[in-house]
Amino acid sequence: MGMTMTEKILARASGRETVEPGEIVEVAVDLVMTNDITAPLSIREFKKTGLERVFDPKKVVLVPDHFVPAKDIKSAEQAKIMREFAHEQGTIYFEVGRAGIEHVVLPENGLTLPGQVIIGADSHSCTYGAFNAFSTGMGSTDIAAAMALGTTWVRVPPSIKYVYKGTLPEDIGGKDLILHTIGLIGVDGALSAAMEFTGPVIDKLSIDDRIEMANMAIEAGAKTGIFPFDELTREWMAQYSDNPYEPVFSDDDATYQEVIEIDVTDLRPVVALPHLPSNTHAAADIHDMTIQQVVIGSCTNGRISDLREVAAILKGQQVHPEIRCIIIPGSQEVAKQATREGLTDIFLDAGAIFSTSTCGPCLGGYMGVLAEGERCVSTTNRNFRGRMGHRNAEIILAGPRVAAASAIAGKVADPRALPVAAI
Amino acid sequence: MRFQGKNWKFPDDVDADVIIPARYLMTTDADELAEHVMEDIDPGFSKKVQKGDIIVAGANFGCGSSREHAPIAIKAAGVSCIIAKSYARIFYRNAINIGLPIVECPEAVDDAEEGDEFEIDTDEGWVRNTRTGKSYEVKPFDPFIQDIIAAGGLMEAVAKRVREQGRVAE
Ligand code: SF4
Repeated sequence: MGMTMTEKILARASGRETVEPGEIVEVAVDLVMTNDITAPLSIREFKKTGLERVFDPKKVVLVPDHFVPAKDIKSAEQAKIMREFAHEQGTIYFEVGRAGIEHVVLPENGLTLPGQVIIGADSHSCTYGAFNAFSTGMGSTDIAAAMALGTTWVRVPPSIKYVYKGTLPEDIGGKDLILHTIGLIGVDGALSAAMEFTGPVIDKLSIDDRIEMANMAIEAGAKTGIFPFDELTREWMAQYSDNPYEPVFSDDDATYQEVIEIDVTDLRPVVALPHLPSNTHAAADIHDMTIQQVVIGSCTNGRISDLREVAAILKGQQVHPEIRCIIIPGSQEVAKQATREGLTDIFLDAGAIFSTSTCGPCLGGYMGVLAEGERCVSTTNRNFRGRMGHRNAEIILAGPRVAAASAIAGKVADPRALPVAAI
Repeated sequence: MRFQGKNWKFPDDVDADVIIPARYLMTTDADELAEHVMEDIDPGFSKKVQKGDIIVAGANFGCGSSREHAPIAIKAAGVSCIIAKSYARIFYRNAINIGLPIVECPEAVDDAEEGDEFEIDTDEGWVRNTRTGKSYEVKPFDPFIQDIIAAGGLMEAVAKRVREQGRVAE
């Protein structure tokens, strides 16, 4: 009986020949991550074990990114707890100015490899499935246990195979694909399952686009979202990491809970209207929905490829006079690269702001919190009520192109209509 | 364990952001978190919820963020148990890990009206709606999870294990 790539990773990490969906297995973890919001709880729980050291400091990574540089005294205290613990334990740690958003920073530093088991006290830790890893989010206490033991328990998820077919329109990216998929299956459409993204369209999809899709697997309730390993992955890894790794491949006779085919040929740029990521529509079908703010960034769309797409649209244009356009690079590296390429100037000249890397507004933290009744187009991943500020604010999720077009138009806009809308 | 209390009813897809908004995540203090529990889905909930009350909710309860602050806030607010159609998996693990009792019982949720009193027995695996008199079977926990619960939470189980491994003195 064949196995899916998810099953193969979990079998290997649990020291078994085979595993089956539904079984609970204890797996060795290759990387354990926590951030400034979840680390203080993890550290408190870790200390309850009486242990003095984490199982392996080179496999524990702490990333301050949600509320840093500290937005107030309380968040400074939380960041201090994690910083002191990181230094005391000698874990991997990324300080402000050399850091950024965890799911951007870890891959950039070659820490997330094919075939690995990666867990993080952050729900978007499923991002690393883009590299053919089993990666998933957990709570602080689970992460504390893994910091102590070097293992965690996982119920082997059933796999659902998504086969993307047809011809991908040039201006459709990973964000459109995943929003469209969540729109089809719903926010619990893959509850506790592994989403396996495959098909001829995926074979040609860039790693950054794959990252966007894996990142949002959690928004369909999935445990993880995983991609096949291929030549593109190999090239990407060669660029970012010297560490050895062992990719996995699904067997032809692997069992899937479901196989879903999605034809992408007619896909138009997608938006998800309030208050669920599954409330998807074509941006072109949304007329006269005025907005007050645009946020471009986050672990979903804060990479250099995203900023290039935005710059291509904002170049020589002006952000609508009534719009605040906030562009946040996903990491210090992204910020440096954007500056080298002249993107920073394009953003600033267009009347946008370009800040240091942070999660900031994505979770209503700071740097762009919404007031009551305000509406925002955002390249982030959640449009739940209250996510970015007041509970009666509205968030519209979109890819970078739609966000940039909307910033110019002052309302939800289809980038395909831009030459007309922008003037 | 057995619980009894009146219920507050919530819809499907209650996410961790509305359970405890990020603007309150600059602390890990349970009582401080409890003051804001459910604030973005039912403002004023923290004032009206009484010790022992039960949350009844639809499918996918606790979806979204991994923040453990969500079950911590619910527990500290005095909620004794949650009955939902299903849970988002991270919330499920977090609740077990911190010792917040949760059960899965779609039929009981469908039949429930807000304010109905429920009796719940997590060991015997049933819930009963006192108003209607109707009893429902709940899905038993996997034995592995029962062990975590029996140990008093995940970290208690881990602490025991590292002592047994000799990594920490008895
Ligand atoms: S950018 Fe948003 S979704 Fe991503 S880790 Fe930060 S808060 Fe979470």
